[in-house]
Amino acid sequence: MSLASRRDLLGIADLTRADAERVLDTARALERSLDREVKKLPALRGRLVVNLFYESSTRTLSSFELAAKRLSADTMTLRSSGSSVDKGESLRDTALTLAAYDPDVVVVRHPQIGAANLVASATEAHVVNAGDGKHQHPTQALLDLFTIREALGRLEGVSVAIVGDVLHSRVARSLVEALRLVGAEPLLVGPPTLLPRRIEEMGCATATSMDAVADVDVVYVLRMQSERMQAGAAFVPSLREYTALYGVTPERLRPGQLVMHPGPMNRGIEIDPRVADSGASLVTTQVRSGLVVRMAVLYDLLTAPGLHVAAPALEVA
Amino acid sequence: MLVCRNGRRDSLTIRARIVDPGQGLDEQGTVTVEDGLVTAVEPGIAAPASLAVAPAFVDPHVHLRTPGREDEETIASGTEAAAAGGYCAIVAMPNTEPVVDTAPVLRSLVERAREEALVPTGFTAAISKGQRGEELTEMAELAAAGALAFTDDGRPVASAQLMRRALSYSAVAGRPLALHCEEPTLTHGGHMHEGAVSAELGLGGWPSVAETLMVERDLALAAFEERPVHLQHLSARGSVDAVRRARLGGVAVSAEASPHHLCATDERIRSLDPNLKMNPPLRTEDDRRALVEALLDGTIDCVATDHAPHARQEKDVPFEEAPFGVTGLETAFAALHTYLVREGEVPLGTLLERMSAGPARALGLPVPRIAVGEPANLVLLDLDAEWTVREDGFRSRSVNSWLLGARLVGTVVKTVADGRVVFDA
Repeated sequence: MSLASRRDLLGIADLTRADAERVLDTARALERSLDREVKKLPALRGRLVVNLFYESSTRTLSSFELAAKRLSADTMTLRSSGSSVDKGESLRDTALTLAAYDPDVVVVRHPQIGAANLVASATEAHVVNAGDGKHQHPTQALLDLFTIREALGRLEGVSVAIVGDVLHSRVARSLVEALRLVGAEPLLVGPPTLLPRRIEEMGCATATSMDAVADVDVVYVLRMQSERMQAGAAFVPSLREYTALYGVTPERLRPGQLVMHPGPMNRGIEIDPRVADSGASLVTTQVRSGLVVRMAVLYDLLTAPGLHVAAPALEVA
Repeated sequence: MLVCRNGRRDSLTIRARIVDPGQGLDEQGTVTVEDGLVTAVEPGIAAPASLAVAPAFVDPHVHLRTPGREDEETIASGTEAAAAGGYCAIVAMPNTEPVVDTAPVLRSLVERAREEALVPTGFTAAISKGQRGEELTEMAELAAAGALAFTDDGRPVASAQLMRRALSYSAVAGRPLALHCEEPTLTHGGHMHEGAVSAELGLGGWPSVAETLMVERDLALAAFEERPVHLQHLSARGSVDAVRRARLGGVAVSAEASPHHLCATDERIRSLDPNLKMNPPLRTEDDRRALVEALLDGTIDCVATDHAPHARQEKDVPFEEAPFGVTGLETAFAALHTYLVREGEVPLGTLLERMSAGPARALGLPVPRIAVGEPANLVLLDLDAEWTVREDGFRSRSVNSWLLGARLVGTVVKTVADGRVVFDA
């Protein structure tokens, strides 16, 4: 079995625990290839991966692009600006246009929830959701699982405090689901105005004080966006007070705790620079994990027996 | 004032179970109609057993999209849909392009309805000019031109001061206000009910308190001004509780609920199907049960479809981009019969009353009755017939139904509106 039997990766709900663990194992095998002098693998030669990005993104787009290239796939990137999207073309029409090139995978980033689902309904290609509004960002969650597993050697029973603006965060939603999937224990911490009501029903604990992070294995820091403080939004009174209450500082961490952040970081706001640059920080590891996990996702989607021409076996010497 | 195109009054005989809850009538028999009038209602053996004839339905809340969006619905297509749904009267909302806020716009609509409407159609006019919530419309002139009620449906009146003035001034027009209760500062950025499902999906929340707060405000103002109000499409437990209390306190209030709110919950939004996006949104099972209880005890006296056609291309987009609204005229009875009557939640007689006499009374329209000498306003139903809701089965110009693909039990076989057979399956 592989992800290909499910066709698409639109959200963590598309995965079983076995799927997730297999992808992480594949990523680990692929990671070894990155240490070689020639880093390119022939696994997806002749395949076409289209990146369809309606939102600005540096790390996710570059990560998917490089992941496809490292597996020898052809890549094509379309951004909303400077394309027919600017001329008012609907998402479905853009998806249909792309489908005419017979892509094998379409990676979609879009500011609106459900955009990847819509693209999936319009194309035969496997669709990977690279972030749809505040909904899901499943490859981010998988790379975070990979990072935690590599650092701690396990996922089962690992406690992870996700700190900050949960309300507006697709990263938080995907990660809570992913942590639950593999037997880890998510805890959401933030100001009550940025914790969605009844989010506990996803199977996580919540807290509004940083005291709650004292006992966790991993502190996962979310980006705090200044627009949340603007007039009319007013989720919190000021960045100053936010930082005072929820900023992740060395004083709030105990030895041995790991710190993660999906980027881009606001140093001095949600994360103290001393924490960001400390040995406890896994932030750059996350970026590297992103590359191998996305390679693993593409590989997994495109190597279903029967659905496509059999891909060359993954050989990583 | 209800208007429709002229036509010959029909004569026909219907043998079926005759159900007219307003008269305590539920027996097998024969209804005879001659030249559009009921001339005999006689008990007797009917066949087949699944057929029932009842007073035809009245919908107090329909969007006909005319003028301005005739690609989505016209008076002709909307009233054909109404006929197919068993309706003998419908009332159109004024949030068109342009808004129905002056007598000339209203008169031109009435004129068109005289040429196009298959089923008697009434119109409402806006409370405020352009539905901008700033200045009152000329209510007296609009009432004289036929406005049945005043409403800023779709763009609710935010200002308490303007609402108070509207309630007070509506006395000179002699027509009630029909209120879409929504506190806009609480729904800004919202796309679905705020609860466990929105928390998981990340969709912006549209909390029930946004409705309940405005229901409370408007009922307080109605009590203060001693004016009747009609509350549109209630969706939340807190709102029906408020209506119950206000009625005990003597406020003249009528209230609607829509089939989708009575039958479905926010759990369905997990599919991210834009055809499940409407305002107010689908809420929780607890809210749904509260609406059903209120329908049973009469706190909610009307079923209103809030039939809101939207063009295909406008709904075929990500959920957040899609406009609010679903169609309902052609599925209302079947949905409520399938999900409430057959499930034992609501007796058939109660449903029929809330779909006909209830809304007629709320908007001051003639109450359809199955009685000798009355104009024939009848719906013949097959309570056992099963069907599947399909895009190609609609008379409406739009297909944004929340029931696409659903298997329903109960069909409209024939509709007689104002003495004319307007639908015959």
